[in-house]
Amino acid sequence: MAITKDVFESEVLAILGRLNGVARRLTRNDADAQDLVAESIARAWCARGSLAQTSAFRAWMFRILHNTFISERRRAMARPHVEPLIEGEYDDQHPFSIFERLHQPFLLWFDNREQEFLDKLMREDLERALAALPEHYRIVVLLADLEEFTYGEIADTLQIPIGTVRSRLARARGALQETLWGLARDRGLLARTAP
Amino acid sequence: MAANDINCEEALKQLLAFIDHELADGDRESLERHLRACRSCFSRAEFERHLKGKLRALASDDTSGTTRDRIKALIHTF
Repeated sequence: MAITKDVFESEVLAILGRLNGVARRLTRNDADAQDLVAESIARAWCARGSLAQTSAFRAWMFRILHNTFISERRRAMARPHVEPLIEGEYDDQHPFSIFERLHQPFLLWFDNREQEFLDKLMREDLERALAALPEHYRIVVLLADLEEFTYGEIADTLQIPIGTVRSRLARARGALQETLWGLARDRGLLARTAP
Repeated sequence: MAANDINCEEALKQLLAFIDHELADGDRESLERHLRACRSCFSRAEFERHLKGKLRALASDDTSGTTRDRIKALIHTF
C-alpha cells in the first residue's frame, strides 16, 4: 500500500534538516540546495509507489535526492556557462594519510602530533575540504560520516555494490585528508606538527 | 601468536570498516586484539575515529521555520 500524504509529510519533516545539509554540500549553494530538496520531495511523492516500506524511507529519499542532483547537474552542464567539475587524481592503491605523515612512533606517549593536527582544524577547513571533493567521493563521505549511514544503506541509496562503497569511501577519505593537509599547510598549521 | 591473530597490514585494511562498525564479529575481535597489542595501529584507529567525529559534528538538523513551512505548503499541493 502506498504511503499516505500525512505519513509522507511527517517522514520528510523528520529528515528535512539532513536533506538540506546534504543538498547544500552537494550543490555548494543555498538557493540551489533549497530547489534540489523541493524538487526531490516532489519527485518522491510521484514515485511513492516504489517505496517498499516506511522503514526504508530515509535511504529511499536520499536516493531520490542524489538522483535528482545528478540529473539536474547533467542538464546544467549542457548549458555552456556552467563549468564541469574537475575530477582529481587520487592514488587508489595507497590513499593519502595524514596519520602516516605525522605519526612519530618513538615520541613520548603524550606527544601526539596527529591528534594535535586534528585539534587545530576548524569547521571551515572541513567544509572546504568536503566541497573540494569530486561529487562521487563527496556523497559517500556525506552519507557515511555526517549522516552515519551503514554501508548497506549507502549501497542502496547510490545503487552501487557494497564493495564499491568500501573502496570509494577509502579513496574519498584519502582525498579528503590530502585536501585537509594542503589547507593546513596554507594556513601555516604544519609548522609545529610536521617537518 | 594465535592462529587468528592479524598483522599491521591486515589491521589497516580493516580499520575503516572497524570505525564504521561494519566488521563481522570474528574480524572485529581479531582487530581489537591487535589494537590492544599495537600502539601504532591503536593510534591510527584513534586518529581516524577522531576525524570521523569531527565530520559527524558538521551535520545538523538546523532547518528554519520558513523552510519547514515552505515544504509543508509544497506537500499540501500534492
